[in-house]
Amino acid sequence: MYQLAQELVAEVPFLQGIPVMLVRVLLGIISGALVLTFIALLGMILVWMERKVSAHMQDRVGPMRVGGWHGWSQTLADGIKLLLKEDIIPAAADRLLFKLAPVLVFAGALAIYVAVPFSSKAIASDFNIGVFYILAISSLGVLGILMAGWASNNKWALLGAMRSAAQVVSYEIPVALALLSVIPLVGSLSMQDIIAAQDGGITQWFIFRNPFVFVGFFLYFISSLAEVNRTPFDIPEAESELVAGYHTEYSGMRFSFFFIAEYGAMMAVSIVAATVFLGGWQAPWGGTFPGGFVWIIGKGFFLVFIQMWIRWTIPRMRVDQLMYVGWKVLTPASFVCMIGSVVWAFSAPDWLDKLGSVVLMALMAVVLALLLRTAAQGLMEGRSQRASAA
Amino acid sequence: MADVTQGVPEANVTISRPGIPPVVDLEDDDSLQSDMMTINMGPQHPSTHGVLRLEIKTDGEIVEQAIPHIGYLHRCFEKHAENLSYQQVIPFTDRMDYLAAMNNNLGYVLAVENLLEIELPERVEYIRVIMAELNRIASHLVSFGTYGMDLGAFTPFLFAFREREEIFDLFEMTCGARMLYNYIWVGGVSHDLPAGFVEKTRSFLEKFESKIEEYNDLLTYNKIFVERTANVGVLSLENAYSYNLTGPNLRGSGVPWDIRRAEPYSIYDRFEFDVPFGKGEMGTVGDCWDRYMVRILEMGESAKIVSQALDQLPEGDVLKAVPRNVRPPKDVECYFRSENPRGELGVYVISDGSNVPYRVRVKSPCFTAMSVFDVLCRGHYVADAVAIIGSLDIVLGEIDR
Repeated sequence: MYQLAQELVAEVPFLQGIPVMLVRVLLGIISGALVLTFIALLGMILVWMERKVSAHMQDRVGPMRVGGWHGWSQTLADGIKLLLKEDIIPAAADRLLFKLAPVLVFAGALAIYVAVPFSSKAIASDFNIGVFYILAISSLGVLGILMAGWASNNKWALLGAMRSAAQVVSYEIPVALALLSVIPLVGSLSMQDIIAAQDGGITQWFIFRNPFVFVGFFLYFISSLAEVNRTPFDIPEAESELVAGYHTEYSGMRFSFFFIAEYGAMMAVSIVAATVFLGGWQAPWGGTFPGGFVWIIGKGFFLVFIQMWIRWTIPRMRVDQLMYVGWKVLTPASFVCMIGSVVWAFSAPDWLDKLGSVVLMALMAVVLALLLRTAAQGLMEGRSQRASAA
Repeated sequence: MADVTQGVPEANVTISRPGIPPVVDLEDDDSLQSDMMTINMGPQHPSTHGVLRLEIKTDGEIVEQAIPHIGYLHRCFEKHAENLSYQQVIPFTDRMDYLAAMNNNLGYVLAVENLLEIELPERVEYIRVIMAELNRIASHLVSFGTYGMDLGAFTPFLFAFREREEIFDLFEMTCGARMLYNYIWVGGVSHDLPAGFVEKTRSFLEKFESKIEEYNDLLTYNKIFVERTANVGVLSLENAYSYNLTGPNLRGSGVPWDIRRAEPYSIYDRFEFDVPFGKGEMGTVGDCWDRYMVRILEMGESAKIVSQALDQLPEGDVLKAVPRNVRPPKDVECYFRSENPRGELGVYVISDGSNVPYRVRVKSPCFTAMSVFDVLCRGHYVADAVAIIGSLDIVLGEIDR
């Protein structure tokens, strides 16, 4: 950001003479506004996408009316409805905390995007501790969730909040350790440095460079599902058990803050995964054509789609099973990955390294092909059934 | 009745489950101040399967006691029945177990026919069996779907409703109604099977086999689902007997007891079908998974019965034996039990010789299933309480009547 401000002052004619600091502050405000718009828009798109994905998985069509094309503006209409709804605060609630909680949750989701690199230039702030910052700020949301649960003065909300606190605290460790398996290979915590280290196409992506990082990617992905309260780890808002969990008492715009924050966080963890493991804003064949933004958002959307796929396929775990998986499976496994990736990176001979990456890529291709085959089969079956029914 | 508390575990009993450490008994530790938390689950709760209120006393997330409060759907069925003619009671039976209205119709009508001692045309018997078994499939589909939803899997629910819809289409083309049919009449059925019914039913049954496989792929053998249901809510055979559980809940505990087989009514003795029962395949005999699996297997068995009935379906007039005036002899009574999707539906009818029953009493299988809920969920997590209530498959319309 500082660099960009300096460049602007030096090169844009009408900015000359203005102090660099001021330009920097202005740039900060602009990028903040951009990120805010981005996350709000993203929330709407993702909600629509979730409804469509779930609908097509369940033999339905989902929203089709509002806005014409496949109900694209359904969430926009819903958002307006939520804005116009009465703002209800339960009589027994702790008013200050009740109002503060959604803001905090939303801020937590929003703040992650500050360190998210959308292209080689477009990053609100390229911290030298980027990964560390993201890990730290993404747990801010749980404070808001705890607040919401406590302030609602509702037992279901409290149970949901307590579950959430336990869950996020437990799953932060495997998330951090899985990300840390990459850091020694880069030697930097900065997001842009991590992407730069993966320069040169798909073979250079960390996920395919090292078998331990390959496993680490899946560990990260699974743990991040728990971080953002997605099925099978959505116990804080388990609908059939806790009514709606921590946001039981929320309605209207306050509720939609939680909602947007959830989708913002989903995209954020996906983009972080794309950055750290999948080459960030780089194309699989190297370079960034047709634009870094397209690639990173595309990768993010793909991972979000997988999250949705999982959500609409499998049931929810129980709270003790969740803890078991977190502490006894994911945490030790991610420890092994972290140590293993360093050992591999510094001791594996060159030929083994190359062979490894070929094997990993083949493995991934087979997995993806099988998944696509299953999906295509389901699609064709559904088509033929609908055709025979009609 | 014997001592009802027999077999009820003490409140702070530690239930051992493999892989899960035993519940810590906080009452032994004097340094900890621990109160029980009372949670009010329902009557507006997503997974109480109707308007049921559960007062759950928990220690953290461990259920120590669960008190069901029923009666939110009480509609005075039995009192209504004392003021309506025998035929007019039938629509009220629809509304007891509204997910299996055909079976309710059948249970009541068979009781009344028993008083009247009338001969039925063969065709009527076959149509009744076809309808009852199709409705059993539809009912078990709801049970399967909502059970998945209770455990957080939403998709099986819509898959189940897709097939249920086809069954409802069949009912609709027969009698015009999709849920509450008033179809089975005293001495007959309200409409004959329409043209095309047999073919449409056959094509449904053909597809249905593969659908059950799909359900098994999606939910039954899913690792998380098995983890959530195996060894949870184990209903021992003793408890099942002492609480008078019937139907799939009893069979889940390992007894192949089915009224259709044990004392065949209507024409059930003419069909070949198995009586599935819990074998403890994934955990202990009588756990949630066993009860669930019994229902899944029963859908296949019902499909078998329907296809046999379609093969043997004779011609005839379905309204021939319907009496103009239903007047059973004076001072006769009948307790008739039939196998509902949820268990043994007992209908007790007393006649005083008029066209209005003197008394109609219904023994609800869901009520007994509800009564064992407290025993099953003690020492389990709140999430398990949801799994247990789903596996008991209760319908509040029938409990409250």
